[in-house]
Amino acid sequence: MSATHDLLLEARAVSKHFGGVKALTEVSLTIRRGEIYGLIGPNGAGKTTFFNCLTGLYVPDGGGFTFDGRPLQADAPQRAAARGIARTFQNIRLFGQMTALENVMVGRHVRTRAGVLGAILRNRATREEEAAIRRRAEELLHYVGIADRAGDLARNLSYGDQRRLEIARALATEPKLLCLDEPAAGMNGAETEELKVLIEGIRKDGTTVLLIEHDVKLVMGLCDRLAVLDYGQKICEDVPAVVQKDKRVIEAYLGEVPEDA
Amino acid sequence: METFLQQLINGIVQGSMYALVALGYTMVYGIMGLINFAHGEVVMIGTMVAITVLGLLAALGVPMGLAAVLALLAAMLACMGLGWSLERIAYRPLRNAPRLTPLITAIGMSIILQNLAMMIWSRNYLSFPPIIEKVSYEVAGAHFSNVQVLIVVLAALSMAGLLLLIYRTRLGMAMRATSQNLPVARLMGVNVNRVIAAAFIIGSAMGALAGFMVGAYYEIAHYQMGFMLGLKAFTAAVLGGIGNLGGAMLGGLLLGIIEALGAGYIGDLTGGFLGSHYQDIFAFVVLIGVLMFRPSGLFGEKTGERA
Repeated sequence: MSATHDLLLEARAVSKHFGGVKALTEVSLTIRRGEIYGLIGPNGAGKTTFFNCLTGLYVPDGGGFTFDGRPLQADAPQRAAARGIARTFQNIRLFGQMTALENVMVGRHVRTRAGVLGAILRNRATREEEAAIRRRAEELLHYVGIADRAGDLARNLSYGDQRRLEIARALATEPKLLCLDEPAAGMNGAETEELKVLIEGIRKDGTTVLLIEHDVKLVMGLCDRLAVLDYGQKICEDVPAVVQKDKRVIEAYLGEVPEDA
Repeated sequence: METFLQQLINGIVQGSMYALVALGYTMVYGIMGLINFAHGEVVMIGTMVAITVLGLLAALGVPMGLAAVLALLAAMLACMGLGWSLERIAYRPLRNAPRLTPLITAIGMSIILQNLAMMIWSRNYLSFPPIIEKVSYEVAGAHFSNVQVLIVVLAALSMAGLLLLIYRTRLGMAMRATSQNLPVARLMGVNVNRVIAAAFIIGSAMGALAGFMVGAYYEIAHYQMGFMLGLKAFTAAVLGGIGNLGGAMLGGLLLGIIEALGAGYIGDLTGGFLGSHYQDIFAFVVLIGVLMFRPSGLFGEKTGERA
């Protein structure tokens, strides 16, 4: 029981400023192994900035992360990937001119070794490794449910399939923590429901999930715990039932009523 | 008609060499958006190294066939090392600098390499020893030699090899991913530094092969030869759509043909006022035309969307 409850990620007072804009102010949170953790908040609350700091795209101005028992050096994205953090993007960023299968195969890069020499010599180890990469990529496409689109260029996939492909590509890096940035954005109800099943499956298969989402129903139904950001500050962190009743959260986000309504 | 066929053959041969050099430009541009103006000098140094090695081996009494292969390998190794060093020393520190900075650095590296070559190999024209006995063939009044055939075949084979590398291997996949979206490729764990280094190394190896061919074809070399050759190959890359491998190959071939045909007919067209030594005009008319009417080139992909 304790193994499932130990910490996977600890963020300590992470701050990030852009000029005078305080995108994140001393945000601390902890994610346990095996949970689905939600990060919500109004637009511009700093959710994506938090993701970018975590995955090494931004260097935080203060604070830091401990991941899987060791500090995370937040200055090199490929190192974050090697440590076991993978992400998808709010605005889909696939390799559009490559096939779906190839997109996933790129994700295998960090877990494989063959170098320039192997590519030129085409020795047996290299060929076997490439075959293994391909097999695993096919499995992952099947896992997210788009195996039939393997040979299509990524940019020709439907929006929902592109989101699935991003998840498959992220899973290909064998992450311990999968960060999903608004995976349900632009999806209809049925697609969102399928996505929910997929995310639950990913967790069941042993990957911890960090989820940024606007779809409150999805977040409340899916997450074990969640944190709420507002103006770059964490205003609440708890289980969904408690968060839903938190007064500051309701003010900041859930109960926000447009003035012209 | 004879002139046409003859110039077409000459153009294809010249174009194959342009294509090999153009690939070096386009690979680097495709991945990091840099025009490596020192690439022509890398080619020149390939030729120079080949001449030196050929001379040494000839003095040792090594048979010519073997010496040629060894000289080509030496030139390729030297250029691969040079390409790698250029990236490591001159360009990598400027990875996040404004675009103009690495461009100026590239021009600076080009000047430095030219002058280094002048110091090492003198300012004289060097002769490239004939490596195989030349045999001429004639078809429908047009002449071509075994050297020309060899150049085209070797160029085609190495380009096919490059395409296999880019489209069939793990490294090639990483290179394509990086060229499409560098930050995301990095997030997926691609070691972008290695991918960029590989682009320089592979491009330089192709450049060395081209340098060897140019030397063997014209049987002459000079420390400034890389400048015009580089500029023409750059034009070829732009013509095909810079950043696009197939574009560089076709652009090189097309440019060679346009140039050869232009040189063949310019005398007739201008009533003898301009002679074939004005052939360089055509490359740059093509460059200006492409930049004016189709800046993305024949196979150019849309730009401005780099994340």
